[in-house]
Formats: sequence, C-alpha cells, structure tokens
Amino acid sequence: MSTPLLEIISAPHLKGSRSVEMIMRHVVWSLLPICAFYVLQYGISALASIIVVTATCLYAERAFVRTGTQAGNLGDYSAVITGLLLALTLPPGFPLWMGAVAGLVAIALGKALFGGIGFNVFNPALVGRAFVQAAFPTSIATYTPSFLGGRFTEFIPSSLAWPLMTPADAALWLKLKNLDALAGATPLAKWKFDGVVANAVELLTSLSGHMAVGPAPALVLLCGLYLAARRFMDWRIPIAILGSAALTAWLLYAIDPSRYPNPFFMLFSGGLILGAVYMATDMVTSPVTPAGMWVYGALIGLLTVVIRYYSGLPEGVMYAILIANAASPLIEKVTQPVTFGRGVPGRSREGTPGYVSRTDANAAIPKKRFLRNKPKK
Amino acid sequence: MKFLNYFRGETFARGIHPPQHKETATMPIRRLPFASQLIVHLSQQVGRPAKPLVRVGQEVLRGQPIAAADGFVSVPHHAPVSGVVEAIRLHPTANGPWSEAIIIRAHPGSTQEVLWQQPQYLPALDADELIEAVQDTGIVGLGGGVFPTHAKLKVPKEWPVDTLVVNGCECEPYLTSDHRIMVEKPADIIAGIGIVRQLLGGPRAIIGIEDNKMDAVEAIRACLPDDGTISVEAVPTKYPQGAGEMLIKTLVGREVPPDSRSYQIGAYVQNVVTLAQMGALMPRGLGFIERVITVVGTAVEKPGNYLVPIGTPLRFLLDCVGARDEFLEVVFGGPMMGQAVASLDTPITKGVSGILVFRGREVAERTMRKTYPCIKCGECVESCPMGLNPSALGMLAAKRQYELMSERYFLGTCFECGSCSYVCPANIPLVQQFRVAKRILREKAA
Repeated sequence: MSTPLLEIISAPHLKGSRSVEMIMRHVVWSLLPICAFYVLQYGISALASIIVVTATCLYAERAFVRTGTQAGNLGDYSAVITGLLLALTLPPGFPLWMGAVAGLVAIALGKALFGGIGFNVFNPALVGRAFVQAAFPTSIATYTPSFLGGRFTEFIPSSLAWPLMTPADAALWLKLKNLDALAGATPLAKWKFDGVVANAVELLTSLSGHMAVGPAPALVLLCGLYLAARRFMDWRIPIAILGSAALTAWLLYAIDPSRYPNPFFMLFSGGLILGAVYMATDMVTSPVTPAGMWVYGALIGLLTVVIRYYSGLPEGVMYAILIANAASPLIEKVTQPVTFGRGVPGRSREGTPGYVSRTDANAAIPKKRFLRNKPKK
Repeated sequence: MKFLNYFRGETFARGIHPPQHKETATMPIRRLPFASQLIVHLSQQVGRPAKPLVRVGQEVLRGQPIAAADGFVSVPHHAPVSGVVEAIRLHPTANGPWSEAIIIRAHPGSTQEVLWQQPQYLPALDADELIEAVQDTGIVGLGGGVFPTHAKLKVPKEWPVDTLVVNGCECEPYLTSDHRIMVEKPADIIAGIGIVRQLLGGPRAIIGIEDNKMDAVEAIRACLPDDGTISVEAVPTKYPQGAGEMLIKTLVGREVPPDSRSYQIGAYVQNVVTLAQMGALMPRGLGFIERVITVVGTAVEKPGNYLVPIGTPLRFLLDCVGARDEFLEVVFGGPMMGQAVASLDTPITKGVSGILVFRGREVAERTMRKTYPCIKCGECVESCPMGLNPSALGMLAAKRQYELMSERYFLGTCFECGSCSYVCPANIPLVQQFRVAKRILREKAA
C-alpha cells in the first residue's frame, strides 16, 4: 500500500453548514414575496423600479469588484439585497433614472468606498436613499396611491422621466384619474401636515385601496419571522426597535392623546416595519454583541419617533437607522459580553496561600524544543 | 435568575450543537493486535519528560516500567508489549517536533497478559502514598489534557473540595470511547471515584453524562453504592459540555474565575476514563499501557472502539481498520479540538482518545470554501461558552493587535474549543488566529 499524503489542518475539523452566501440567499428569498406584493400594489412601475435599481446595484458591484480590491463578489447576493431593499424604500413612481442613481450611490458610496462586504459602516441601501432624498426631494416625496386601475398596463408617468429632466407631475395625473391630490400623500405626511390619522389595521395589511404606502407591514413581519426562525436574522433588533418605538409613542400618547397619534399608527405607518426587520438587522452595520443589539434597536425606535414628531420630516426611520449605524461601534465597545467567571462576584484568589495562577503554572512548564531555538527579538 | 435556567436547560450559556456522528456508540470494545514495533515517547504528558530505565538491547516484559518520572510533574511509562528495546532515539510526535522515544521490537506471539504487577491494599495508604501510587501507574488526564493525574490530585489543604465532578460528557462529535467504557466498565469507574474521594477527604461525587448516552447513565446507576455519596446526572447534550469549567457550571452552578483552579471554588473535575483506569490499575499496581480509542471517519472501513497498546504506530493501526486513500486527514482527538497528525509514524500516546480519518477530498471541500471578511453576524459571540467576543478578537488578530486582544478582550480565557470557527459563516479560521496570537504573546512574555 502506498503511503497516503496527509493533510494538516488546524482544528476544528468540522465546519457548520452556514455560509455568507447561504444567509444572503435566504434573505433574498424572503424579500421576493414582499417585492411581489409591492408589484401587485403598484403595477409595472414598481416592477420596473425594482428591476432597474437591483440591476444598477449588481452592475456597480461587478464594476467595483473587478477594478478594486474589495472582497466578495456578485455570488454572495449582498448587492441583490441592497438593490431590492432600496427599490422597496423608493416611491413606486420614482423616476427610473433616479433609481439608477440611487443604486449606484448605494454600492459606490455605501459599500465599495469602505472596502466591500463586511466593511461598510452604513447600510448601503439607506445611503443610496439618503442621497436621492437630498438630491431629488420632490420626487422622493411624491407617492401615488396603491391599487389604481390599469396599473399593470400603464406606467406612472413620472417613472419614465428622461434623465436630468423634471418628471411629470403626479398630482396632475391623479386628477385625470379623478383622485384628489391628497390621495398621493403618505399616511405619515397626512398626519404630519393635515392631522389625519389612518386606521392601524388598514396600514398593517395595506390591502384597502388607494393608500400611498410601501409593502404591507404584516407581510414584512411574516417574512422577518421566517428569517428569525431560521436564524438568518437576529430577532433582538426588530423586537427592540418596535418595542422602544411603541413605548415612546405610547408614553407620548398617554400624555397628550390629542397631539400625538396612537402608538399603533406609529408602528405600522411609514417604513418602520421594513426598516426594523430588514434595514436595521443588516449584520455588518449592527453590533455583534447581544446586549449591543438591544441598545442599538432601542436607539433606532426612540430616534424614529422623535424625528417623526419633532422634525420637519414626516418619516424618520432612515435617519434613525443611519445614526444608529454610526453609533454601533461605540455601542459594541460598551456592551461586551460578560466573560465566563468574571460575572460572579468571586473572592479574590490572588495572594491567598497555595494560590497558583494559570500564568505561574504555565511558566513552570518547560518550553517546547522548537520554541527555544527561535532567535530572541 | 433561576427561571432563566428553565430556558437554558440547566447548563452553561451559549455553546453549539454540531452533528453527533456517534455511530460507533453501540460497538463493543475490541482488542487490537500488537504491532511489530511499538514506540513509547518519554514525553506523553505535560511536564518533564520521563527518564529511560532500560538500555538498548534489553528485554522488557509487558507492564514493566521502562521510564521513570523525572520530578513531581512527570509520570513513568511502562512497556506495552514484551520484547526487546531496539533503540532510544528521536521520533515524530503528533504535533510535529520529534522527541525522545523508546522503541520496542515486540516478541512474535507476545502474550496480552500483563506479567508485571505489584498488588497493593489502597485503603491502608495515606495521602502521600496514594498520590505516589497514582504516579506509579503513569496515568495522565485521559480526556486529552495529559496533565499528570497525581499532580492534579495534590490539592492544597487550604482549599476544601466539596464536590468531585466526574466528566463523562464526551461532548466531541464522533468519539465514543468514554461512552463504551462507561457502559462496559462501570465498576472500575466507581472504584476510581473511591480512590479520589479517599484522597480529597470524601467529597460528594457527581457523574455528569450527556443525555445522548442514557445507556451509560443506566449502567453506572446500576453500580452506585447505596450511601448516596455518588450520583449520576444526565446533562444536556451541547458542545463543549465536556470542558471542565462548563461541567462545573452545569452540575454545581459555580463559575471558575479566570486565572484560578477549579478547587478554589470547591469543585474538582476528573475525566471518567482517567478514573476508570485508576480503579482498574491501582489495586493491582499495574502501569497504564493500553487505552480505548475510537477509530472512525469517512475513510475508515472498520470503525469501532479499539483497545490499543500505547505506542502502536498510526500506520499499523490504519492498516488494521482499513483506512486507505491517496489523501487523508488523520486527527488525534475529537474533531473540534483534535490535532491533525503530520506523520503516519506517529505512535498512539496516552492522551489520544480518538482517531478520525477523513478522505482528503472531503477535507478539501471544507477548507477550500471562500473566506469572507467578518460580516459581524454575531454567531460566534452567541456560541462562545466563555463569553468572549471572537468577532472582535478575530479582527484584532488580523491587525496583529495581540496585546489589545489579551488585555481588553481576555484572549487568555479562550480554551480553543473551536465553537466560533465551527459556526463562522464567513469561514474565518478564528481559533487558529487565537492560537497564533497566544503563542506570540507567550513568546513575547518569555
């Protein structure tokens, strides 16, 4: 028998089956039903927006992987997630060329600039969205109602705007469809500027017609539940965000119900559920420590409500998450897990008779041969 | 905090659940024949190497001492087979460097009977004599620690031990040798516990066995003495339950503070096989010359639990169990903490509890996986039984910030269980990085 060649590998000699690709792939799968519902709500404009934004993200990723030294590649699905999430946060009638800009910025400024997957400080999708919010404030605030007739045959006119041209006026288009301009305002904007509070159950399902909302919070929660159950997402962050947002909103509501809306409206309106389940849980930009995740989530919930109530903007999830992203290294630093044996208030062992510390015990053991031969630095 | 234990299942925090692969659990212990040449390393233990007592060309009897302990933290070695001392020279060891070994050419047809023994009446011995008797058997920590057992038994008088924790967890996947010994030799274990209790002043003893080995629990329960001093507890199956600190936490509920010994919190851990060997060898004054080893793995045709003489060359053993392939990975110990062997000439030493043989192709599939940068998923933080932050440690290791690793992130607490590397989806070799970091820190300190 010939002598077999031996492979020498450092322990452990077993490896878990989970990989980065697998986690990302499952996140993409869980996003697909949400995208489908979004298309059902808004028709081909939404579909085109999702395709364009995701494709731009993928092309940008490919370009940066090829030119730069950044880690990761298209095969890890992370750019797909960025694209899909970014498209879901944009209004359905958002001009496609602006969507492409958002996708490009998301990957270029949000991810490639920091060195690719694993190194980004901010959630790339939100970086893209923040950029277009600053660049195109009118377009990003222009929503159209869901479940319009003919949404599968006709684009929302603003979608097809030429690059660098002013998009068509959505309000005018809605008037042609015999809907008032208010139908195009998001529930949060309606509450902020007109004091109209939408029904929380309608918001949760998003099934009643003619509401300018994103994908149904109930569906997002369901998909998030799948991810959390399969442990592709940490359950602590969404719980912490929703808990702290609900608590803050409920406290304010309890103080002055006439001025502040009820906490359920706060939870189910805007992008809070999508942000809590998919954006804030982005592994790279959230803390790794369990205690840190609670703090991080609580911070996002609190900031969201504060921004919604006290700033000029109707929606605050995006900025809340971006601020928490920036704070997450700090949060991580102060929430290190308690090391085994350090948590219990133990008697001090040092200095007691018969005490042999591990360092002393190790020092007593003679060094191995090949270490002794090494030249001293 | 008691209610939290309900969720945790009365065990230590975190940890992982790798696939068990305990296929050999039902296979009875079988004896392996003698190889034509057996290699007894003088340094199979932590501490000083033993001093040879024999000359080249001398005839030795199976069981006869062939090397004496050099000082207290050292153990003697015994001839595993009757034969002639062929040479005393350097020979490869499992972890790479060569070390001094006594090479015995076995007599053809050498008997399995142990011809050299010194029976003794243990209850009559006082503590020091008993410790000496333990040293004479040459037993070391058989769970893989290979620290001389008698040295571990010398607990300072200032620290009264109230609980003897007997570690029968065998939490490593694949390994079943401890399991078989618990099933087949429960009386030896009880006898060994008796000896240790005699030494430690009669503490209560708790045998902790993972609940995937209920037949072992039953077998030992059937042999327990009636006075209630020894009890058996089934503990949750979770890796690394078999680490001493973790088992103390599970069974006694105390945490060993860093840089302390377990006896300082009144608990004393001993591996179940170590105790079984003590119980079997000490009354007859025998030396420790053979041990049960699980040989298993995808490349092994005849897996099983084999009683292997210490010093059997790996090549002979693999021929016996029919492990052949062009490329192999051979691991001494369990898959999580075991050592990949560099040479087939390596002999079995006292600390080897299992031998895993994987085909090279499968190994390549595992190791060729793409390594990503840390995506900070937090899996490692939720798997580390010591409550460390392997993610942060790994990133610091990549930047070679070794001092920071030990000062801020308590690298020294890591006992290299491999949980973080196992779960890491980015395939970062975390434990390997920590091992390197620790070694560099140790060298810097020296």
